[in-house]
Amino acid sequence: MNITLKNIHKSFGRVHANNNINVTLTEGQIVGVLGENGAGKSTLMKILSGFQPADSGEIWIDDQFVSYDGPEAAIGRGIGMLQQDPLDVGAFTVLENFVYGRSGGILPRWSQAEQELNRYVRDFGFELDPTLWIEQLSIAQRQQLEIVRLFALGVKVLILDEPTTGISADQKAILFDALRRLAHDDKLIVLLVSHKLEDVIDLCDSVIVLRAGERVGDMMMPDSATITPEQISATKTHLVELMFGQEMALHERSLATLGETVMSLDDLHMRSKRLDISGVRLSIRAGEIIGLAGLDGSGQELFMRAACGLAPVHSGHIRLGERDLTGKPYRHFMQTGVIFGAAGRLEEGLIAGLTLTEHLALVESTAGAIHWPRMVDETNARIAHYNVRGQANSRIEQLSGGNQQRMLMALLPENPRVLILEQPTRGLDVDSSRWIWQQLLERRQRGAAILFSSPELDELVAYSDRILVFYAGRIYEIPDVAGITIDRLGHLIGGEFNG
Amino acid sequence: MNEELLNTLSRIVANATPLVIASLGETITERAGVINLSLNGSIVMAAMVGFAAALVSDNLIVGMIAAMVAGAVIALIIALASIELRQDQVAVGFVLTLLAADLAQFLGQDYTRIPGPQVPNWPVPVLDQIPIIGPIFFDHNILVYFSYALAIGIWFWLFRTRPGMAHRAVGERPEAAFARGTNVHRLRYLYTTIGGALVGLAGAAYSLHFKPGWSTPPSMQGDGWIALVIVIFGGWHPFRVVLGAYLFAALRAVSSDIQKNGLIVLGQTIEFNFVLLNALPWLLLIVTLVLVSTGTIERLLQIMPRPLQKRMRSVLRSDSPKALGTRFEVD
Amino acid sequence: MCKQSPIWQIVFGVLPVFLAVLIAAMLVIAVDRDPVEVVTNIWEGAFRNTKSFAGVLNFWIPLTLVCVGLTVTFRSGLWNIGIEGQILIGAMFASWGALYIQLPEALAPLQIAIEIALGILGGMLWAGIAGALKVWLGVHEIFGGMALNSIASVWGIYLISGPWYPEGGSAQQSAPFSKVALLPGISDDWPVSLLALVLTVMALIIVPLILNRTRWGLQLKATGKNQRSALLLGVPINTVAMSSFLVCGGLAGIAGAYRTLFTYGSFRPLASGGIGFLGLLVVLLASTRTLWIPVITFLFAAILSGSTRLRVAMQLDASLAQVLQSTLVLLFLLVGGLRQRFEARSATPVEPEAAQPPVQTRAGGEVIAP
Repeated sequence: MNITLKNIHKSFGRVHANNNINVTLTEGQIVGVLGENGAGKSTLMKILSGFQPADSGEIWIDDQFVSYDGPEAAIGRGIGMLQQDPLDVGAFTVLENFVYGRSGGILPRWSQAEQELNRYVRDFGFELDPTLWIEQLSIAQRQQLEIVRLFALGVKVLILDEPTTGISADQKAILFDALRRLAHDDKLIVLLVSHKLEDVIDLCDSVIVLRAGERVGDMMMPDSATITPEQISATKTHLVELMFGQEMALHERSLATLGETVMSLDDLHMRSKRLDISGVRLSIRAGEIIGLAGLDGSGQELFMRAACGLAPVHSGHIRLGERDLTGKPYRHFMQTGVIFGAAGRLEEGLIAGLTLTEHLALVESTAGAIHWPRMVDETNARIAHYNVRGQANSRIEQLSGGNQQRMLMALLPENPRVLILEQPTRGLDVDSSRWIWQQLLERRQRGAAILFSSPELDELVAYSDRILVFYAGRIYEIPDVAGITIDRLGHLIGGEFNG
Repeated sequence: MNEELLNTLSRIVANATPLVIASLGETITERAGVINLSLNGSIVMAAMVGFAAALVSDNLIVGMIAAMVAGAVIALIIALASIELRQDQVAVGFVLTLLAADLAQFLGQDYTRIPGPQVPNWPVPVLDQIPIIGPIFFDHNILVYFSYALAIGIWFWLFRTRPGMAHRAVGERPEAAFARGTNVHRLRYLYTTIGGALVGLAGAAYSLHFKPGWSTPPSMQGDGWIALVIVIFGGWHPFRVVLGAYLFAALRAVSSDIQKNGLIVLGQTIEFNFVLLNALPWLLLIVTLVLVSTGTIERLLQIMPRPLQKRMRSVLRSDSPKALGTRFEVD
Repeated sequence: MCKQSPIWQIVFGVLPVFLAVLIAAMLVIAVDRDPVEVVTNIWEGAFRNTKSFAGVLNFWIPLTLVCVGLTVTFRSGLWNIGIEGQILIGAMFASWGALYIQLPEALAPLQIAIEIALGILGGMLWAGIAGALKVWLGVHEIFGGMALNSIASVWGIYLISGPWYPEGGSAQQSAPFSKVALLPGISDDWPVSLLALVLTVMALIIVPLILNRTRWGLQLKATGKNQRSALLLGVPINTVAMSSFLVCGGLAGIAGAYRTLFTYGSFRPLASGGIGFLGLLVVLLASTRTLWIPVITFLFAAILSGSTRLRVAMQLDASLAQVLQSTLVLLFLLVGGLRQRFEARSATPVEPEAAQPPVQTRAGGEVIAP
């Protein structure tokens, strides 16, 4: 089946997420949908898969106008989407998730469904135990289940939203093989939404590029079997031009001079429900940037929180200079200049319902009584300095994501000793990410050490002086980041430490 | 087995029945992601309505249906306030707790302390002849048998049927349910109302079976609150919920026995003011919540051998439905 | 956000009141009485003379104290349902002072100061237990509080059936306190405790000031809106939660002491008389508009005090007053929701957050689960 999108429009407030987009998709093709964050690619795919209605425009399947309401109706039309965070039910087993959503009588035929599931899983070369609970699976396994489920429901168009974020190199290879099979053997249309050039070049037959809500170009990809390195780099250059409208200077690795040791972890042992991380020895020097790589739940989250008093430490010591802060609450770390930043801004970090001034007063005021006029002045000064689009008395949730991130920066002390940041650029577009890093690097120049985690391997390689790779609670250190390739890092996060 | 012990056990089963029905009703509601906090008021209201309706119509069935309608209407208000009007389920539930109890007292003032119809005892033929089991479980009235069927039925529904999966999914991850074509709001209305109707039936069980007649509001005993805690203790699993209800009823039976007969330990009569025993269920309530929140029950799971773990996981899990108390909006 | 026209503001403000009165009237008609007669009786009961007006204040004082306390716990996001028990334990502790500390008449002010201090201590103790259960053992304050209410009540019944059983009396209340132990009224025509009145007005002024002008007040607010973020912004959230429980418990303790030292003159296990729950209703009704609290409490106190006549004059159950009050609060919540929908429809859609996946929003308040 072939699909044509005609004149798709979608706007949120004054922002045109999709502006007059026309696309034709032919069966048997893997098509990359490329664009930076906020370019409108997710919106377009949500419209195609029924998760969001378009403001105007038409969808045609095999020269027939169709309209459907909701994702299930879209699946009925043969269009299914795999979300970045797969839409499954954590408390269900793999089998229950497979069965739920399929039509049939009140009593599902469990054993028949299990056989069917196992057959698909084998055919795709996946590994899934039907009796496991979703909560026990990795992101990659949940993706596999979702692909199997949608395929079993008979979809002819499979949309994948950033599926390669947060999975290892091996898992990626398995995924790509399955997708090639789906497109080239089963004649599906596979749409890969991504901002990663390597993935798109490797997998896709053709690419369409979106920028600021508009379709700005498309390109046939060279055959990945016979591609030469020169072709890859030429294709990349061309795609970057399309994505950003200009050639981008790649980030230059800036070497800061490392100062004295500011923080040292001595034989640290941490435990959570699932993980046990022991024997962590690390000394962090002023001006050093340490990247933490690893799949979701590999231990980097626990490690970061334990290192600043937000998670319990089982044994070992955390020292800041001469002070031993082991077992102290986060507040004490904060007072010593160790600042933690969580991945979800509004959930953890900012407080919906509080104004910008109130946020600043929380971190700045030391006395019992608050002098509000002075706080407002101070807030206005920070707003100006950090270029936050918002008023001192706006509530934080009224700001856009990028401005919330700016406000978080404005709340950081000028000269922190150690910044521990979970995915500092999550969900931000390229400009905002750059701005964040510019801020962070400035602080690093003034002597701050930075520990950060990221699911984006290129971000880790671009900024880190050292990288710690986490896998199932074990840690592998890459001391020389300049000598590592992204592909090698992809294998490391999959646990291949002895490669 | 001695006669007295059998009697006590049988009485525990009978007395636990309203708690069992109310907690199972709330389990249905919360599995769909809605908290009906109004239980303590709903039960009183339904007890009054059920008693008055049964008395006026001289028909027990009419009484029970009226009680169920009363419970369902209160639950429906909570669903409506949460889904359509975006109000906090806890706030609305709390206000309804007070409102329903006061309203019952106001409207029921003419029906207090008068005798009325009572659900008759009906031993199950054959089954009541089984030694020990028979007299304990099968020498009761129809409401008690209904509570057994209800527990098994809910378990089967939730964990074995296709619509039961949708029911759980709506409470766990409504976005995923939506993506599979489940109408989240419709199911939340449906299960909140059904749960409320069962809470209403529990109210009728108080006034038509457990303590015949509508007099002092049973809420004085706070059973609605206890039922809410039993749901948590029960990990939202019908069998564990039933176990919890029996546990509370057993504690009550023991303490009322002591109040009646005195406490004799090792042949020594122990003297103290037995009024204090009334605090026991509430202490147990706090203890169970501590056990659940500190993960003690889930730790049982970890010390089990692997094959058993798989089987017991859905019973011993103590996580609340992930979307409990939240709203769902399609954007 | 769109600006609403003043007409709609008034409509949405008046609608719940109108509906609540209408429903109450229909209920009265349903039990064959005349609604107008009910209103007259309540009015008479409340404002017939100085004594009846003093009766209104007699409810207003403890209710307002409780509400001021509850604004503190609500600010930090806590449902202090245990307030009933805190009032009762406050009353109990104050009663202990009244029964067992006997200072000479010249030292009456000291005697009363000790009793009130004991009341505060009792309220704080009970609130502290609820707080400790919540903060350190993860027991939700609604269930912990409810259990503590019942335990307090059992304890009260135990006292008057045992240690405080009055000689030759009934097991309804303790022996009456001596005159020195009681809060004095202004005069026979004005049976109002000046001291309690002054304390209440002070609480009404000071507590909001603290909440709005101090770091502690801001920390409460931050904790109430989002604990996890507050922690990362340097707020000691456990200390904050405990302290808000303690402050609320202390105010509830004063209310309890007042009930027993002035209203009853003896200890009763029902000393709180539902005032705590009523306070929760008032604070829900006032929501963020704290300035309205004394007005609403006055209205509620008048209805409560006035309706005590209904049983005698009209053979009507006095629970009508509570029905009216909780209907009013329920309708305010529902109409408030209606109003939000109305506003949302006329407002322009806001750009959704690109990084936020979900369609799922918290309905405020905390999920009741461990």
